[in-house]
Amino acid sequence: MTLRVTGLKVYYRTLRGDVRALDDVTFGVEDGEIMGVAGESGCGKSTLGKSLIRLDGRMRYVEGRVDLDYKELPIWDDADMNDFRYKEVSLIPQYAMSALNPTRKIGLMVRDLLESRGIPFDTVSAELERRLGLVGLDREVLGRYPIELSGGMKQRAVMVLATLLNPSLLIADEITSALDVSTQRAVAEALVGFRDNGFVDSLIVITHDISLVYQIADTIMVMYAGKLAEKAPTDVLVNSPRHPYTQLLISSLPEVGVRYEGKRLSGIPGSPPALLNPPSGCRFRDRCPVAFDKCGEEPPFVEIGPDHFAACWRAS
Amino acid sequence: MLRLDGISKSFRIGVLGSRYVPAVRDVSFELRPGEVVSLIGESGSGKTTIGRMVLRLLPVSRGTITFDGKDIAAFHGRGLKDYYRTVQGVFQDPFSSYNPVFKADRVFAMIRTGYFPRIRDAVWREKVEDALIAVRLRPETVLDKYPHQLSGGQLQRLLIARALLLDIKLLVADEIISMLDASTRIDVLNLLGDLKERGLAILFITHDLALGNYVSDQTVILRRGNVVEAGATGAVFGNPTHPYTRRLLSSVPQLHRKWEQVESELSGVAGRCPVHTANDAGAALAEVSDDHRVACLALGEDRPCPDSAAVSAGTAGR
Amino acid sequence: MIIPDETGRPDESPISEPTPVVAAVPGIGGVPGAVRVIRREAVYFALRNKKLVGGLTVVLVFLLVGLFGPVFTGPDPLAYVGPPAQAPSGEYWFGTTTFGQDVFGQFAHGLRATFFVGFFAGLLAAVLGMLVGFTAGYRGGLVDEVLNMITNIVLVLPVLAVLLIIAAYLEVRSVQVQALIIGVFSWPWVARAVRAQTLTLRAREFVDLARLSGAPVRRIVFREIAPNMASYLFMVFILLFGGAVLFAATLDFIGLGPTDGISLGLMLNYSVKWSALHLGLWWWFIPPGLGITAIVGALYIMNVGLDEVFNPKLREM
Repeated sequence: MTLRVTGLKVYYRTLRGDVRALDDVTFGVEDGEIMGVAGESGCGKSTLGKSLIRLDGRMRYVEGRVDLDYKELPIWDDADMNDFRYKEVSLIPQYAMSALNPTRKIGLMVRDLLESRGIPFDTVSAELERRLGLVGLDREVLGRYPIELSGGMKQRAVMVLATLLNPSLLIADEITSALDVSTQRAVAEALVGFRDNGFVDSLIVITHDISLVYQIADTIMVMYAGKLAEKAPTDVLVNSPRHPYTQLLISSLPEVGVRYEGKRLSGIPGSPPALLNPPSGCRFRDRCPVAFDKCGEEPPFVEIGPDHFAACWRAS
Repeated sequence: MLRLDGISKSFRIGVLGSRYVPAVRDVSFELRPGEVVSLIGESGSGKTTIGRMVLRLLPVSRGTITFDGKDIAAFHGRGLKDYYRTVQGVFQDPFSSYNPVFKADRVFAMIRTGYFPRIRDAVWREKVEDALIAVRLRPETVLDKYPHQLSGGQLQRLLIARALLLDIKLLVADEIISMLDASTRIDVLNLLGDLKERGLAILFITHDLALGNYVSDQTVILRRGNVVEAGATGAVFGNPTHPYTRRLLSSVPQLHRKWEQVESELSGVAGRCPVHTANDAGAALAEVSDDHRVACLALGEDRPCPDSAAVSAGTAGR
Repeated sequence: MIIPDETGRPDESPISEPTPVVAAVPGIGGVPGAVRVIRREAVYFALRNKKLVGGLTVVLVFLLVGLFGPVFTGPDPLAYVGPPAQAPSGEYWFGTTTFGQDVFGQFAHGLRATFFVGFFAGLLAAVLGMLVGFTAGYRGGLVDEVLNMITNIVLVLPVLAVLLIIAAYLEVRSVQVQALIIGVFSWPWVARAVRAQTLTLRAREFVDLARLSGAPVRRIVFREIAPNMASYLFMVFILLFGGAVLFAATLDFIGLGPTDGISLGLMLNYSVKWSALHLGLWWWFIPPGLGITAIVGALYIMNVGLDEVFNPKLREM
């Protein structure tokens, strides 16, 4: 098992109190597994991704444990995490493409980054070029400025860079959401290629687009309001979801071929609860069509089938 | 009702504005009352530019846009104001559509100042509440709030309600749901469908083929400013003929069907035009079947598109 | 972390909908009503902002001294009223000059001139700059290019040299003329900044919506674009105000100030001319120097406070 997260709680500090963005999350990712994390904005999926690598200034580690390859990650300690970042666990952040310094050539940025981690550029340059080739980029991109590359090219360059030291875990946070559909596919398939080539052991792909992770992931985990709702192998989750939120979410997605006149889809009424003082019990209760008295108690995230977990009293 | 006739648009760029970059090239299509046309394209396809030209926010470089037979470029002052009484738009970013300094319901007040200066308070209030109910918003939950206190879905609906205050016949909806969450997207989309049933024409601009397919009667696929395929939505999606349309369709992530599966299905479709190439500039549209046109480079003055024969043979054989 | 400079942009806002802060009139948007509500809220938050209230108090105190001080000290600040070079006392609050002039009287009169020059020169420059900036930014095209050229020409004029020439030609210089001259030469950078802001705001979708609401250009500029720059424009005015005060002091100091009357700059000029520093007459130059610093500083703090008042997001912190 590559990654094991146990009872992780990470809150956001605000002047009006703690916002429970990630509240008691437990799951694992196997070697060679691509896990998709899906959910709507504010569900805690990006907080989860960041927690595994670097807490930003407003985030506060509360409790829980993260193990990577049977070693505990000191995620509460920014300095100690430096030994793991990039080498063991790497992140492609949401705005990676626009975060590239526009006044420096790609190659120089790579050199700076490697040297800041104590790795001489020359020792990896051959491998770097080989991998750029694998994602369809010329070595010549190293001599160019970020502005000269298209969004998809920048995204692929960042991906190669993030995985250069063969980390055991790569977290990709909404890396395709700003791309056109045809580039989106190339980037998503490059991620699978990284896993197949052994550049990374396992991957967490965070996205709001469940149909994108359906294409590439082995398992999908759905989050809702800071908690895990359901986790199952991809086909099981998409074809026979058990949590009412997953069911409603999937049924609200229009697919190519579905027409308004033929099959009128419906959304989920209401909106997620505020995470500053969230209500007790199941957080989906107010929007759930099958809620009953028992939902006043918090449902545990339990295994309801082979590798199929859900947090719902109706599902278990 | 709305007719685009060979419209083109180029933008001046460079230090002295010396270079012209074409954004839209020779695009023609038509919108009839109660019809939804989706304009589908990736970034740089010119879809937003077309929407802005229809809304008279950008001038047309060449070609004409007519609304009920009148050239919209000729509208000025009062004429333009009357045009906006019947044609309105909603844009992609709900947060940038509101002036952050003011409360969200100011968008209604602006309509009142511009179009109903003498209406009585009580009558106006009723009109606003009716429009809000039509977009399924509870007036008390959205009025008198700042934009950042409302969700993206609520803000977009407020903008649709704003348009409904006027006597509109055409709504230009530019990527209005791409920034919304999945669970609220479909409700806004259904709302557009309901408006269409009330006789409103909608120009639905999107990059998402599934969304375009869900609501529209007619589909126009754009690539780098050119129309590559157009026609009845069923025909375009049922028998995608242009290689670009096929590529888009095979790249859309779908639920229940993997990419490889879609791709193999598409490659089995009869009637691939061997002549359609990457460079479509100037390719004329050829009718491949009833209400289904595709850009074809091989089309000459008296040469039919090779595809039209192939497709009709293919469909006849089925 | 692979990107050295993360943008730090929060992708998900975990902070839920804030509760409405003000229970204002339920305004479905009767237009005059809406404007009233906005003003009322601005006042509500303004009165609760310590920076704004503090800065305003300092400025007002000086303004009151300038307005009412001369009533008590007599009409002529240059009159010889007492013994020379007196330290501050109950009779002469700020002491007297080497000629026996009342420093407090000069200070009070000088404040009037300072406020006058600062206010009118700042206002003139702000109005000119805004007119040019809004027109260039909103209209664009040829109008923009011409206005931009004029702006750049005025911007690179060596203002001090031009002022020297103008001042030398004008035999009688009044505070009004000084304000006019300073105002006419300080607008270009305002115009540039306003133009740049207008260009970005013009591309925002709410401006498109205003156009779709049939609003005339004038209303779009002043009701949609300008309010977004309100705190910025106020800061501009403050900087212009302060800049004009300092510039006037410079002109006064090098002997190109008003030929009649007194100003804080002229006080500094006289104090240096008559060696107040060497004679240890600190009460002669400290009040005008401190006055200029305090006014400019207080205006700056007001600006920071005003930003919080105008920006609803900062307000809720």
